[in-house]
Amino acid sequence: MVLTLVEHGDGDLAETSLEMLTLARDLADQVGEDLTAAMFGGADLAPELGEYGVETAYVCEGDLAETYAPEARADAIGALIDDLGPSAVVGGGTDTVHEVLAHLSAKRDLGMAANTVEIDAEGESWELTRHRWGGSLLEHAEMSGETKVFTTPDHELPIEPVGDGEAAVETVSPSVEEGSFEVQIDRVEESDLEGVPLPEARIVVGGGRGVGSEEDFDQLETLADLFDGATVGATRIAVDEGWRPHNDQIGQTGQKIAPELYIAAGISGAVQHWVGAKGAENVLAINTDPEAAIMYKGDYAIVGDLHEVVPELIDAIEAAKE
Amino acid sequence: METLACIKRVADTGAEIVLTEDKQSVDGSAVGYTMGPHEECAVEEAVQVVEEEGGTATVLSLGPEETEEQIYEGIGRGADEGVLLEADGEDWGPESTATAIADAVEGDLEDFDLLFFGNESGDNANFQVGIRVAHQLDLPVVTGAKDFDLDGETAVVKRDVPGGSEVFEVETPAVVTVKEGLNTPRYPSMRSRMQAKKQEIETIEPTAIEDRLQMQELETPESEESEAEVLGEGPEAVDDAVEVLQDLEVI
Repeated sequence: MVLTLVEHGDGDLAETSLEMLTLARDLADQVGEDLTAAMFGGADLAPELGEYGVETAYVCEGDLAETYAPEARADAIGALIDDLGPSAVVGGGTDTVHEVLAHLSAKRDLGMAANTVEIDAEGESWELTRHRWGGSLLEHAEMSGETKVFTTPDHELPIEPVGDGEAAVETVSPSVEEGSFEVQIDRVEESDLEGVPLPEARIVVGGGRGVGSEEDFDQLETLADLFDGATVGATRIAVDEGWRPHNDQIGQTGQKIAPELYIAAGISGAVQHWVGAKGAENVLAINTDPEAAIMYKGDYAIVGDLHEVVPELIDAIEAAKE
Repeated sequence: METLACIKRVADTGAEIVLTEDKQSVDGSAVGYTMGPHEECAVEEAVQVVEEEGGTATVLSLGPEETEEQIYEGIGRGADEGVLLEADGEDWGPESTATAIADAVEGDLEDFDLLFFGNESGDNANFQVGIRVAHQLDLPVVTGAKDFDLDGETAVVKRDVPGGSEVFEVETPAVVTVKEGLNTPRYPSMRSRMQAKKQEIETIEPTAIEDRLQMQELETPESEESEAEVLGEGPEAVDDAVEVLQDLEVI
């Protein structure tokens, strides 16, 4: 059996989990085993998992579902491993899935491969391919052990429904070690940040070293204001310089964006940045250097100084909208 | 308070990642090496706690001899002590790395009140070393810290979620894994860099266990790169740009 950890939020199954099921289903096919899922709450959504090939969903209710205590959730999955004996546990690599499955792997002494994109499950040791450097590098590896733990990266695998059947749903109350609820969410504080969050923005206007100062980001704000659902982002350098808050950072150690259009102004396109920006459908680069890496990664380019181009672009868009 | 910051030596990537000929590691010879961005914040937090509470901040890393560069940088950024778990240049996986660190902490090192790690390493990103160390040392762990405060013996850790932050409260001693943005790391002055080099780094031979996850070979993915369509040079290009925006139906 292949046991997956499926997350949900706001009344929907999490996209990262649905992407993960594409890999997990292929894995279950390879080893000729059933595909199952563990969920914390969300029993009403669980039948839908049948559309993605899941035969049975085991739904944990009560404290396990109502609070987020990562070690307790790891214990619950551990108890399911004892009952079901899966050859693999797979989760869609959000922060919380990484956390829960790392606890599971540590407590149960299992190997874990994060951000896995391919598994070849022949023999005792399985071959796998996983992401390093946010996907800028691939690692080919082998994994041994009776139960193997994997996560998949965000926004990398396709979501592929395979039928219209419903998954069987079983409510379970796995035993949890005393003390595993010690670390749990105490409270949630709402952010006072305004505007569209970067990962949800339809249009992102990003600025890098070439912007040159905090004040010069004003014109990027003005440009962003011309679009619906647009927001301004920045590179690590612009944040390090103190021109923008860290919350605006796009990249490997910042936020990942997936807009319809990314306007990259004064951005060279370093690996660290591109890892966060590559989810953009279209990229318009504005850069003085025609040889900058962004010119090879983007779709459209204007060769020129953003301080000259952006004001003209703002005027031209305003004129076009009238 | 005794604090520890665990850091990793990683290649400083620029526009592309270059592999060594045997495809076993990233060739950083042209670009140099650094510590991961999350770990710069781990060092800064370990130092800030000691500045406020008194005690000793220690920087620890597992890696080849050259890793001393990054440990010196940590000392230059305000840490008091440096420890190197001197390993060969091979690829250490997450299980062996965590075991070596936990064994060293259980061994001759002092009892730390706070052990800071990066949430994931800048290069391999296995997302598990801090958590594995916490379990071996039987300590509580909070991950992904973007805000950290001490309230007496209690660590108050916040992490980002869409629309706000989740708050965890945990008694020290504890492990905390951090993300860039937690604080603004100080930049070491030339003087503090020079002084750091005079500091003795404690070298420990790490215990070595076999990882279940074994890297075989690295590969640079085939790039989907094509050249961008150049719309023109300077402000004259904006009319074409507006046409593109209209075609994309974003205005």
